[in-house]
Amino acid sequence: MSGIHIHNLEVRYDQVTALKDVTFDIKENEFLGIIGPNGGGKTTLVKAILGLIEPAVGTITVDHQDVIGYVPQMTTFDRQFPITVLEVILMGHLPRTIKIGHRFNEHDKNHAMMVMKRLKIEHLSKRQIGQLSGGQMQRVLIARALMNHPNILILDEPTASVDEKTKESIYRMLKELNKNMTVIMITHDTALMWPYLDRVIYINKTVHLHDQAKEGKTAEAMDTCPIDWFVEGEKIQKELLIGKGVKND
Amino acid sequence: MIEAILKYNYMQNALMAAILTSLICGIMGTIIVEKRLVSMSGGIAHASFGGIGLGYFLAIEPIIGGLLFATITSVSVGVIQRKTKNNADTIVSMFWSGGMALGIFFVALTPGYPPDMTSYLFGDILAVNQTYIRLMIILTLIILFIILPLFNYWKLYLFDEEYAKIMGVKVILLETVLYVLIALSIVILIKVVGVILSLALLTIPPTIAKLFTYQLKWMMGLSVLFGIIFSLMGLSLSYYVNIPSGATIILVAIGGYFLAVITKIMWHKRKHPKEDVML
Repeated sequence: MSGIHIHNLEVRYDQVTALKDVTFDIKENEFLGIIGPNGGGKTTLVKAILGLIEPAVGTITVDHQDVIGYVPQMTTFDRQFPITVLEVILMGHLPRTIKIGHRFNEHDKNHAMMVMKRLKIEHLSKRQIGQLSGGQMQRVLIARALMNHPNILILDEPTASVDEKTKESIYRMLKELNKNMTVIMITHDTALMWPYLDRVIYINKTVHLHDQAKEGKTAEAMDTCPIDWFVEGEKIQKELLIGKGVKND
Repeated sequence: MIEAILKYNYMQNALMAAILTSLICGIMGTIIVEKRLVSMSGGIAHASFGGIGLGYFLAIEPIIGGLLFATITSVSVGVIQRKTKNNADTIVSMFWSGGMALGIFFVALTPGYPPDMTSYLFGDILAVNQTYIRLMIILTLIILFIILPLFNYWKLYLFDEEYAKIMGVKVILLETVLYVLIALSIVILIKVVGVILSLALLTIPPTIAKLFTYQLKWMMGLSVLFGIIFSLMGLSLSYYVNIPSGATIILVAIGGYFLAVITKIMWHKRKHPKEDVML
């Protein structure tokens, strides 16, 4: 059993319900987009998959052999931190169990260089992270996530602060990686992402896009879904799933 | 100065104290600055004053009381922060003022003449004795043995705590250990520069070091070097001019900071005449 299986998931922050009755599967080698408005529960869902948040109800099943790589939003850390690109990437190879006296050896460094070559950033290895552009930084974070040979890659808004051209190149790179791994990506970038994704989940309160689409209530769906590519989404036969309060059938 | 060091025990102790202090300030100060724990460190330092007062009241070594209070504060701040919705700054300021209030309270209750608390508030490196040096060596070794062998984990924790959690690194354990190490560091500093001035010696050398390097290990190394320079210059000045040592060390460090900033600006202007300087 590979992939991720989410059943009847409910996540609460204190008394506030952030996600409820979420049930769906993420298939092996799928390129899945997660969209929805701010506060709709996208990051909560990802954090629950990563095990950072305990579900109040329900289960998330990830095969024990699966390795998850994670690319956080660039805003979660200090870009002025005194650290080089190579050091950031090597962090992805740090043993989970704390090992006293751990040092990265030549094999680790060669592996990091190979990953950097794959992402075309090997020339940046000695730079301080504050000297990188948004697109370069994003590639560095993806490289860090790839260090442990993941078969599931989760990205939180990887193109939030990069220009259109860089966005395209990141999507192309992710599509290339998708040949060998499942890619799950939170994004607000609705215009450029379509050609690359296999499926989209829409996470929001009380929105039930899937049923509305089936019943022909697309106008109502478009009112509640602040994205203008909904019809186009149907046209290219993307499956719109659901979020808070709704089950996928 | 060298003659004085060779001749007088108290000068040898002061020299040893300056080196140990610089070592701790370089390593722990870098962590405090990069993890943005300056305010919390100030809270721990001031809370330890309550323990020093308790030490006088119970007629035990005051620094033991300080160590106890600093450790309790550092662990409590982390636990309260995780268990409640309170802002860390609010909790820290409560311990900050509470510690000082308790110190004054215990000193007032101490029988006989009230002890002179000035050396604990502002430090006196020339008053450091052999017992205190031994305590400093033990605490310094504890800090070094915890930080250096786990350097890569500390680096990950400081840079990207959330990623460390995802990787399965025990972040709460690292955080708790770090807070205790900060408490130990502050206790080491109390006799040298005092409760009030300790924050400056923890933060100024790393801030200067960061002007000249972008690697954490070098930032720590340079901070140690700057710490030694400032402590020895401050010690010499206070010895020759007969002025308070703690305050002198801090003023020398502040002077060093401005000198470093000017040097960096001039160096940058010379290398890139058309660019604005980003420090």
